[in-house]
Amino acid sequence: MSAGTASRGRGRAVLGLVGRRLALAVPVFGLVSVGVFALGAISPFDPVYQYYGSRIFTADEADVARVRAELGLDDGLLAQFGRWAGGLLSGDLGTSRSLRQPVAQVLAERLPWTLLLVCAGLAVAVLLALVFGVWAAWRQGGWLDRVVTAVGHGLEGVPPFVLALGAIAVFALGLRWLPVAGLTDAGAAASPGQVARHLVLPALVLGVSQSPWLVLHVRQSLLTALAEDHVTGARARGLAEHVVVLRHALPTALLPFVTVLGARVPELVTGAVLVEEVFSWPGVAAAVVRAALAVDFPLLAALTLLATAAVLLGSLLADVATALLDPRVATDG
Amino acid sequence: MADPVPETTDTDNTDTDTDIGGGWHSAARRRAGTPRRAAAAAGRARLRGGVSLVLLGLLALVALLVPWLGDAAGQQVDYAAVLRPPSPAHPFGTDGSGHDLFVRASAGLRVSLLVATACALASTVLGAAVGALAGAVGGWLDRLLMRLVDTVNAVPHLLLGIVIVALFRGSLGAVVVSIAATHWTTVARIVRAEVLSLRSRPFLDAAISGGSSRARVLRRHLLPAVVPQAALSAVLLLPHAVWHETALSFLGLGLPPHLPSLGNILGESRRAVLLGAWWVVALPSALLVLATLATSGLAAGWRDRLVPRRRSELAL
Repeated sequence: MSAGTASRGRGRAVLGLVGRRLALAVPVFGLVSVGVFALGAISPFDPVYQYYGSRIFTADEADVARVRAELGLDDGLLAQFGRWAGGLLSGDLGTSRSLRQPVAQVLAERLPWTLLLVCAGLAVAVLLALVFGVWAAWRQGGWLDRVVTAVGHGLEGVPPFVLALGAIAVFALGLRWLPVAGLTDAGAAASPGQVARHLVLPALVLGVSQSPWLVLHVRQSLLTALAEDHVTGARARGLAEHVVVLRHALPTALLPFVTVLGARVPELVTGAVLVEEVFSWPGVAAAVVRAALAVDFPLLAALTLLATAAVLLGSLLADVATALLDPRVATDG
Repeated sequence: MADPVPETTDTDNTDTDTDIGGGWHSAARRRAGTPRRAAAAAGRARLRGGVSLVLLGLLALVALLVPWLGDAAGQQVDYAAVLRPPSPAHPFGTDGSGHDLFVRASAGLRVSLLVATACALASTVLGAAVGALAGAVGGWLDRLLMRLVDTVNAVPHLLLGIVIVALFRGSLGAVVVSIAATHWTTVARIVRAEVLSLRSRPFLDAAISGGSSRARVLRRHLLPAVVPQAALSAVLLLPHAVWHETALSFLGLGLPPHLPSLGNILGESRRAVLLGAWWVVALPSALLVLATLATSGLAAGWRDRLVPRRRSELAL
């Protein structure tokens, strides 16, 4: 078989993998929607009270009944679920009760900022992981390795919000290098310079809070790779040390790293929720907290489904990347 | 134990590198990733376990004794000393409401540890029940339950937890349920795997051919055998539960304000931090980090001792 047909077969196999994963995602989405709706249904919270706020005490009963009927709260649970799920399928995500905006509009306004923050944070984490993971494995047992390992294990125990408060106290209030929170200075337009200055601290906090697992993973898998036969072979041929480590050991060590990255999407989402909340970053993750505090069911449900999609997408992308990078990997996951 | 390998072969002694020139290095130069001796690694692991145990003991002592000696809930306020930096009267300062931070943070530590323990136990019981059921019954029920595990894992845990506490607001029960409902999946996987491996053991065949009913086999033979694994998972879940509870409380979605957990205290202190009162977050953060590290260190030590060959599988 020539190389051309092999790679074409590979491409088809990867497409098959994508197709199977998408097919598997359908029941997961269905189950998550049913689960979230069921939680909303058994919740003691009554949306009418939210509609009225404190005016519920002075509203007359006929009005309340009319609003209940308008919001569709008098229908059976199945009818309510059918309406909500039907809306989701046709692209109508409902209206956020706390922000008084269509949910789709909330997502459109906030998602880009979250993507910006998460990508910047992920870039910081990957950079830290590659630099310190490789360095620590290279000089295993040396002072840098000990420091990196100790700091890594220590940081695993530091929640992102503690890190964020510490970073604000030191870099924003103590040293006054960077702004405390928000997307721009008060009243300023969202120019690239403004946003970049305000992005530095949240992205660093998010990246550093995600990095320990990645750093320790790169270090460990590079150490494993350094003990493998092909690395010994490279050494036996007298190749320079940096060639052995960076060209022969590192590529094999980084394959599982892609999978680990994909599997860390849930933690990334969690970290984004906490970091956006502390830094008043106007993204979707901060909207989760806002929706939760206001018991804004349509927004909360849409954001839960969005996060589920992100997790599934993360693991799919990781598997596709692994399958494309390593011809030994079978695509029948 | 005598080690036949001489000390010098694995040190990072780069001084012995002798460059002969022409790109050749002496054979004795240090190679990248020279493995550390196993004995040293084991010693370090033991040290970590011991340090964690001592640290956890100290934290438990602080959590148990201090609120009990001072005021039990850490609710006593001194309006004459609001937001004061550390001083002899208040060694860790006071917060914006005049609480002494040492008393308050210790009370918070107690609440956080108690809630985390309850959550870890609840998740373990739930997960062990699901895992044992899936492993013992097998077939379509096993597949269904494992799909359920995959689905729960597909939603970020904190987000699912936020949804649950948002819809059932402001009670201790909601927090415990939200953590138990999101963290049982790892335990279920571990217990299921254990049950599956037990199913092929001769003593089970013996029990079944001896005429034991399915319920009796499950109760007398399978469940006792998975207890060590389940207990270990409970301890491994502790740091996660601490983390989850403090995160929820920090966001204002967790415990009600009359139960000051470390998360509540940190959440309340955000405004004080912006006023430059760094000491308000210092002690609660330190206690939180130490508690997380001590519980996870202890869990890791126990795991290595109990099941050395399953390290990667049990890594939560």
